[in-house]
Amino acid sequence: MNTSLGNVLRYTLLIAVGLIMLYPLIWLIGASFKTNSEIFGNASILPENPTLDGYIKGWETSTPYTFGRFFWNSFLIILPKTIGTAISCALVAYGFARFDFPYKKILFGTVIATLLLPNVVTRIPQYILFRDLGWLDTFLPLWVPSALAGDAFFVFMLVQFLRAIPRDMEEAARVDGANSLQTLIFIVVPMLAPALISVCLFQFMWTMNDFLGPLIYISSVDKYPVSLALKLSIDTTESFEWNRILAMSVLTILPALIVFFLAQKHFIEGISTGGVKG
Amino acid sequence: MKQRHIGLAYLSPYILGLLVFTMIPFGASLYLSFTDYNLMQSPNWTGLANYWELFTTDRTFRRSLLVTLTYVFLTVPLKLAFALFIAYILNHKLRGINLFRTAFYVPSILGGSIAIAVLWRYIFAEQGIVNMALLGLGLEPVNWFGDPTNALITITLLRCWQFGSAMVIFLAALQSIDKSLYEAAACDGAKPWHSFVFITIPLITPVIFFNLIMQMVQGFQEFNGPYIITQGGPLKSTYLLPLYIYDEAFKKFNMGYASAIAWVLFLIIMVLTLVAFWSSKKWVYYAGDKR
Repeated sequence: MNTSLGNVLRYTLLIAVGLIMLYPLIWLIGASFKTNSEIFGNASILPENPTLDGYIKGWETSTPYTFGRFFWNSFLIILPKTIGTAISCALVAYGFARFDFPYKKILFGTVIATLLLPNVVTRIPQYILFRDLGWLDTFLPLWVPSALAGDAFFVFMLVQFLRAIPRDMEEAARVDGANSLQTLIFIVVPMLAPALISVCLFQFMWTMNDFLGPLIYISSVDKYPVSLALKLSIDTTESFEWNRILAMSVLTILPALIVFFLAQKHFIEGISTGGVKG
Repeated sequence: MKQRHIGLAYLSPYILGLLVFTMIPFGASLYLSFTDYNLMQSPNWTGLANYWELFTTDRTFRRSLLVTLTYVFLTVPLKLAFALFIAYILNHKLRGINLFRTAFYVPSILGGSIAIAVLWRYIFAEQGIVNMALLGLGLEPVNWFGDPTNALITITLLRCWQFGSAMVIFLAALQSIDKSLYEAAACDGAKPWHSFVFITIPLITPVIFFNLIMQMVQGFQEFNGPYIITQGGPLKSTYLLPLYIYDEAFKKFNMGYASAIAWVLFLIIMVLTLVAFWSSKKWVYYAGDKR
């Protein structure tokens, strides 16, 4: 095929696919400013009579709380979870990548096995465990497993990353009398920073989107994160108040979108090096 | 502390988590699947009763299993084929490739969120933009959520829409292929189609394999899509096994029975993963591997 003709075809195809991909999202944003009567029956993006009604009334919700409360709850879940993930996964990856110890192969094998293990098979006993610990309707079931390096994918990704970093600097630090923890904090962590940022970004994104975890463990509305609040608003909003739900949908995806566009380099690198679900 | 124990000390959070949140629950769920545990009374051993019921009298299970298999075998190949196709086109030296890559990746970032599942309910509604587009093209509008076959397709389309991360992995693999192979093939008169089938595909089989396993494990655990978009209906046509497990475990608190369903699902995933691993010896090609 002639190269320039081929390229025209390729661009046409890519642009067509891109438009089909992004049209629903663009429609969502446009429709969130529409009046309820305008949402169905046409495929146009621009609202005829733009209104903030959906945002104002949707933000108030039909509960005693505003969406601000639900965003705050999401933040309260995400922040400790992400910090716990970064610290524990860095420690564990450092252990795997830099030390020899008994049963190392088997232990690393469990990382791979956990990576492939479907959560569905451990969920019920975990629930019973958290119930017996009195942790139901708290954020602990969402924080603690991650703070104990439970997300095997991140451990795996950091180990791969560490193995590719030369050890010269660390050895120099050890010669100068630094112990292994000092070496980790002052030498390894700065070098690991790009990978740790990817870990935090993915954890932020996944936790923001997580629905099943909060659905199982959080029962009081005042502790709902945005994902549950959005589901609640579908169930409780009168059936024709569509723009409220669309407006709140826009708000709940906004943090993830902003973070993605600010840091997309880290995402693409993270997936290309480690391979990722999603 | 002895040098060889330092490593284990760094691993201690992981080992604790592995035991408490993975290994013990893993064993416990197998045990529970042989009991009638319902959170109220202590579990009674009932042997294979749960499994017997699943495979003999439980018609919901049979329906749900069939729907789950249909969903996975429909969604995973479609998604991977589409991801590979787009990655292949992007791999030609085109200007603005990063822009396209970003645009195609955005749905993957958002796809798991509830907001997108909500959006899906709107765009596939009777008067939604999909039907409006079909009308615009002179086609009949489709009753997406009223018809059992179509309802499952909306969820498949949602997950195919999120082809971005599989595509990025494919693209990275395609970019690492030595260009001289194509030049040599072209000199020998190979058409682009031949090069794709006989050079590209064999060289990226490890990545195809990786994507296949990951997408399959994920597909079998699909929950958010059917839970929000179709609530498992109509006529349980989108009632995937994870929904059934959720209802049994967390609505009816039949922990024993739900564990048995979870174990059947786990065994299906494991058997298919092992089949993939075993067969991969025949079809996955690793560079430098002399056979």
